[in-house]
Amino acid sequence: MAKQDDKNKTRDRSFEGTLAFERPILEMEHKIQELKSLAESTHLNLNGEVTALEERLRKVTSQVYDRLTPWERVNVARHPDRPVTSDYLTRMLDDFVELHGDRLFADDPAIVTGFGMLDGRRLMLVGHRKGKSVKERLLCNFGCAHPEGYRKALEKMRLAERLGIPILCLINTPGAYPGIGAEERGQARAIAYNIREMFGLRVPILALVIGEGGSGGALGIGIGDRVGILEHAYYSVISPEGCAAILWKSGDKAPEAAEALKLTAGDLKSLGVVDDVLPEPLGGAHRNPEETLATVREWVLEGLDSLSGMAPEELMERRFRKFREMGEVEQGEGHPVEA
Amino acid sequence: MIGPFRGGSRGERGTMAWTRFGKKKDMPGGLWIKCEACGNMIFRKDFPGSKVCPECGHHFPLGAEARLRMTLDEGSFEEFWADMRTIDRLGFVDRAPYKEKIEKTIKKAGRNEAIVTGIGAIAGMPLAIGVMDFQFLGGSMGVVVGEKVARLVELARERSLPLVIFCASGGARMHEGALSLMQMAKSCATLKRFQDGGGFYVSVLTNPTTGGVTASFATVADVILAEPGALIGFAGPRVIKTTLKQDLPKGFQKAEFLLEKGQIDRIVPRDRMRPELARLIAYATGRDPLPLKEITGDPGGEVQAG
Ligand SMILES: [Zn+2]
Repeated sequence: MAKQDDKNKTRDRSFEGTLAFERPILEMEHKIQELKSLAESTHLNLNGEVTALEERLRKVTSQVYDRLTPWERVNVARHPDRPVTSDYLTRMLDDFVELHGDRLFADDPAIVTGFGMLDGRRLMLVGHRKGKSVKERLLCNFGCAHPEGYRKALEKMRLAERLGIPILCLINTPGAYPGIGAEERGQARAIAYNIREMFGLRVPILALVIGEGGSGGALGIGIGDRVGILEHAYYSVISPEGCAAILWKSGDKAPEAAEALKLTAGDLKSLGVVDDVLPEPLGGAHRNPEETLATVREWVLEGLDSLSGMAPEELMERRFRKFREMGEVEQGEGHPVEA
Repeated sequence: MIGPFRGGSRGERGTMAWTRFGKKKDMPGGLWIKCEACGNMIFRKDFPGSKVCPECGHHFPLGAEARLRMTLDEGSFEEFWADMRTIDRLGFVDRAPYKEKIEKTIKKAGRNEAIVTGIGAIAGMPLAIGVMDFQFLGGSMGVVVGEKVARLVELARERSLPLVIFCASGGARMHEGALSLMQMAKSCATLKRFQDGGGFYVSVLTNPTTGGVTASFATVADVILAEPGALIGFAGPRVIKTTLKQDLPKGFQKAEFLLEKGQIDRIVPRDRMRPELARLIAYATGRDPLPLKEITGDPGGEVQAG
C-alpha cells in the first residue's frame, strides 16, 4: 500500500502546474509512454496496445478540446509550453536580425523588433516577448511592455515604412506594464500614439494574436490590415481576473467573467474584431508547436500576397474603414456628417 | 453657525460636526458640504457653481451640462447624436444584466451615454466640443462613446473647426468587451486624419482620466490641459500598488506630477478654463476672439463626491 501511495504522489507532482482539464489527456500520454518503455525494456511487442491507446488519446483530446470553456481557453493561451514570439523568430522565420533601440530611453525586452526573412520575403517583425525560462520571463516582465517598448515598435515600423517592408505584429501580452516608471514616461500616450500612427503607415500590416491579447497593451501594436487570432488565444478589454474583481467583487469569478467578455477567437470573429481564426493542432498549440508555426507561416505568406499589390492609399483607406466600422449603435440619426 | 468652519482633521470621520450634519451619503440634500480634500464643512449656499472648494481649491466632479454652460458662449451649444444608444451586443451579465444597468443609468442621468457632443462657440469662435461625464458608468467608453467621438472628429474635420474634448473616464467599458477596446482604435483613426489635415485638437483631462480613454483620444491631442489635482494615468493607482506591493510616491499620477514629467502642457483651474481655451483657439486658428463675456448665473448641477 505504502508503495502505491508513493507512486501516486510522484504522479501528482509530475502533473503539478498543468491544467486540470488536461489531466485525462496527460494521464493517457503518460500511460502510452510507460507502455512504450516497457516494450523497449522487455522486447515485448505491444504495438497493438499502443496504437489502440493512441487512438483513444486522440478521441479524449478532441472531446476535451471541443468543449473548452472560455476560461479554459484563457488558460491554454497562457500555457507555459505554448509557442511564444521567440519560437516564431527562431523556427518560423528563415532569418532574423534584432534591432533593439527605441532611441529615447531604454531597450524594453518585453517587445522585440527586427528584420525577418520568410520564404525569400523581407518583413519587419514586432512582437511581445514573454520569454521561455523563468529568468527570461522575469526579465521580460511576462510580456508586459513599458512605454519604451511601444516607442521602439513604432520606430521600427516607421523604418519598415521608409524601406517599403511589410510589418508582422505578434501579440502576446497580459497587458501593458502597470508601474511607476511606466506612468512617468507616458504609458498611455505611448500606446495611443502607436494606435494613431499605425493608421498612417504606408506598408501592409499583419497582426496576429498568438496567446494573450491583453487590452490596450495588445492594441498598441494591433492595428492591422488583417488581424488574425490563433484558435485558443484570447483578446479582451480586460483580464477575466480584473473584470471579476471589479464587476463581481471577487477574483474567483474569473471563469464567469471570461464567459461574459466574449473573448474567444470564435466570438471575436463574429463581433468583427478579427478577420481570421487560425486553427491549432489537436490539443492546443503547446502540444505541437511545429504544426502551429507552419499554420502561421501559411497565414503570413497568404496575407502578404493579398496585400502586397495594393497602393498605400488603398491600404490605409481599408485599414481606416475596418476599424471605423467596429461596433454598432442604436439610432444616432440626424447627424450632420456621413460616418 | 454660518460659513465654512473646521470639520476636524483631514478625512477624519465621526467628529462632532460630521455626525451633527449627517453622513456623507446624505450630503447632496444637506445644508453643508464637506470637502473631500481639506475636510472643511462649507455652507451649501457658499459653494460656488464651479464646484471648486472655496477653502482649498479642490475641483469636485462637474456634470456635463454645467461644464458646457461654464465653457461656451451663452446659448451657443447645439447637441448632436443625443439619441444614440448602445446595443448590448454581448448580452453581458455580471451580477445583473448590463441591459438593466444601462436603462437605470439612462433614467438617472437623463441622457443616453457617457459623453455629450456637439458644436458651440467660445468668444464667438465656433468649435466642436465633447464633454464626458464620470457619473455615467464611470465615464466608461463603449461603442457609443467611441462612435460619438469619431463623428465629432469627422464633423470638426468637415467644417474645419477646432476640437475640444473634456475627458473624465475610468477607461474602456467592460460590458461591451473587445468592441469597447476597438473604440480606442476608432477614435484614433479619425484623429489621425483630422490632425494630419491641419485640425487643432485640445483635450482637457479632468478627475479622473484613466485606462482606455487615456490610452487613446485623450493623450494624442495637440495641446493637453488638465484640471488641478486630477488623477491621470494608464493603470489605476490601486492596480499599480497591488502589482508593485509598495506605496506610491506622493502626488503620483496627479496633474502636477504629469506636468513635471512632461506628459501634459498646462494645468488650468476651472475658473480660468474658458479664457484659456479662447486664447489657444485664437492662436491655432489665427482668428480674432470677441471680448469674452462673463458667464452669468449658476451653471447648475449637484456637488458630487469624486
Ligand atoms: Zn477643500
